[in-house]
Amino acid sequence: MEKLLNWIDARFPLTALWESQWGKYVAPKNFNFWYYFGSLAAFVLVLQIVTGIFLTMNYKPDAAKAFESVEYIMRDVQWGWLIRYMHSTGASMFFVVVYLHMFRGLMYGSYRKPRELTWIFGCLIYLALMAEAFFGYLLPWGQMSYWGAQVIVNLFSAVPVIGEDLGVWIRGDYTISDITLNRFFAFHVVAVPLVLLGLVAAHLAALHETGSNNPDGVEIKKQPKDPATGLPLDGIYSHPYYTVKDLVGVIVFLAVFSVVMFFVPDMGGYFLEANNFIPADPLKTPEHIAPVWYFTPYYAMLRAVPSFMDSQFWGVLVMGIAVLIFFFLPWLDRGAVKSIRYRGNLYKAWLAAFVVAFLILGYLGVVPVTVWGQFSEKMPILGTADKATVVARVLTVVYFLFFLLMPWYTARDRTKPQPDRVTM
Amino acid sequence: MKRLALISMMLLASVCGGALASGGADLRLAPAPVNRLDDESLQRGARNFVNYCLNCHSAKYMRYNRLTDLGLDLSMIQDNLMFATEKIGNTMSVAMAPADGKAWFGATPPDLTVEARVRGRDWIYNYLLGFYRDAATPSGWNNVVFPNVGMPHVLWELSGSNKLVEVEFEDYEKATAAAIAAKGLSQVEALPGGKYAVLTVANDTPGLMNRVQYETFVADLVNYLDYMAEPSRNKRINLGLLVLLYLGVLFVFAYMLKRTVWKDVH
Repeated sequence: MEKLLNWIDARFPLTALWESQWGKYVAPKNFNFWYYFGSLAAFVLVLQIVTGIFLTMNYKPDAAKAFESVEYIMRDVQWGWLIRYMHSTGASMFFVVVYLHMFRGLMYGSYRKPRELTWIFGCLIYLALMAEAFFGYLLPWGQMSYWGAQVIVNLFSAVPVIGEDLGVWIRGDYTISDITLNRFFAFHVVAVPLVLLGLVAAHLAALHETGSNNPDGVEIKKQPKDPATGLPLDGIYSHPYYTVKDLVGVIVFLAVFSVVMFFVPDMGGYFLEANNFIPADPLKTPEHIAPVWYFTPYYAMLRAVPSFMDSQFWGVLVMGIAVLIFFFLPWLDRGAVKSIRYRGNLYKAWLAAFVVAFLILGYLGVVPVTVWGQFSEKMPILGTADKATVVARVLTVVYFLFFLLMPWYTARDRTKPQPDRVTM
Repeated sequence: MKRLALISMMLLASVCGGALASGGADLRLAPAPVNRLDDESLQRGARNFVNYCLNCHSAKYMRYNRLTDLGLDLSMIQDNLMFATEKIGNTMSVAMAPADGKAWFGATPPDLTVEARVRGRDWIYNYLLGFYRDAATPSGWNNVVFPNVGMPHVLWELSGSNKLVEVEFEDYEKATAAAIAAKGLSQVEALPGGKYAVLTVANDTPGLMNRVQYETFVADLVNYLDYMAEPSRNKRINLGLLVLLYLGVLFVFAYMLKRTVWKDVH
């Protein structure tokens, strides 16, 4: 065995790769609950790829057969229902895990110097994941697949001047059609997964270059070395320590995943929408088109922005910037410390407001704008406007202020001194 | 920090927990009395489906031989639930052309394979109880759950015929209270002049079955439709329990392993 390994190492840096990326990678010893979601995201990525391969073996990307082939998978393919539920549950759980992973980054300032590139690769992964989810959602060819894709592609058609042509270019047709389904299939199973894998490799390589942040924001690489082990005072090897710890995390995650997948695979219409069990019908628009839950905060923003100069494009612009603004976080934050543990109340309050705004926008994105009724006519300025639209507008502003005011409130915040050693 | 984590998890849960309520809040449905484990009910439901629905509505993703799930063997299925021209591995198709259906009923009768996942079992159950006589529609029937539906009351021989009962109330609160008290299918409707009406159906000419028999007939049918929409459901739930049990055991060992490995980290 040893001989074989030596033979390989003389020709390929197998041991060196393993040791630099995981085996001898030194991580802070104080990772808490929030540090499970990185490894869980990697786990779900593998799960999606493997279940996706098996689905591809039985799925037909053809407008006349797609819906039927999904039912075929659910009924006639051995264990097909399990594979499909794993994939559909996995799609939503991917976003759950990624949102929690991103929130961890916000809390502990993981995006800050020297980890700017890790953060940017992460943001690119988030973008690729959104594209992957969007392309994949068309494939079952149900009513929600069809009309959801219609709505999203129409966003691009709202771009001034070139919009109309852009829409045709994306669809390959004047409406969502068989041609669109075929190309979305190609993007979903080949193009975007390749991009995702490349980005994940870059995300990890960048992380393993700078070393991990931790809940205290202490840079363990700057600590003196422990003379006995040669490691930073608060550093431990990922293997076996985080191998066995993440294993526990994966098992707990699988339990949560299983509860959803085996007992409520529709998740009350959030993971699988009832309307998507009706085959796509280009002539029949559903009464209420809502995107899947992970896009709804942005969808709520889109709806909240009023049309201006006869154009809906502003909503699209706001939505796009809302996603892209994450990229600039490393340069917006001027706090003296990284972690929320040592930040002052200003940052804590803004982060809380941001999270609340994001969640309520997410809720408003799944319900019709009339959900809370209208203001009475006596109300000045707002008279008879939909209450939900007004709330969505306010929250959209809160969402953006979290970023735009960040240079000001982080610099002004009364921080506590950051310790030299981590706390367990 | 723990508190923040807890609060954010709760917020997430509350957002996810908010049901997808999309309109129709004034329509009150009686819960469908179905039991996914009751094979006899499912078998009766399959018979009802084949006899009464499968002339206009197809179930084109459902294979006849899959009915062995319900405790039937192939010869029972072949002798009782199929035409001689069909093969046991076929799906449940209908001879009626979609264009004919559209011409006759105003809309092609939808395929019912996964209808229970579209509408929900309670909706279908109440829909089949919600027909009433209405001279104003082409078919002579109307429905409280699905107003002006193209489908006539196919089961009227069994149920007899219903009439619409409309009771007026001064305001919305009183109407809603009456609708809740009615326990079962009802619809609150706004009337001109700020008043509200509660709509229910009541039997006026008896059919071959009494009320309880007919409700059981419909419940069996809905139970079957619910099964047909996802034939692997029972297997899914049973397997889920085993998987959770397995993960529980695995967790204990993984947790002990973690404790042992981390003993020297302080």
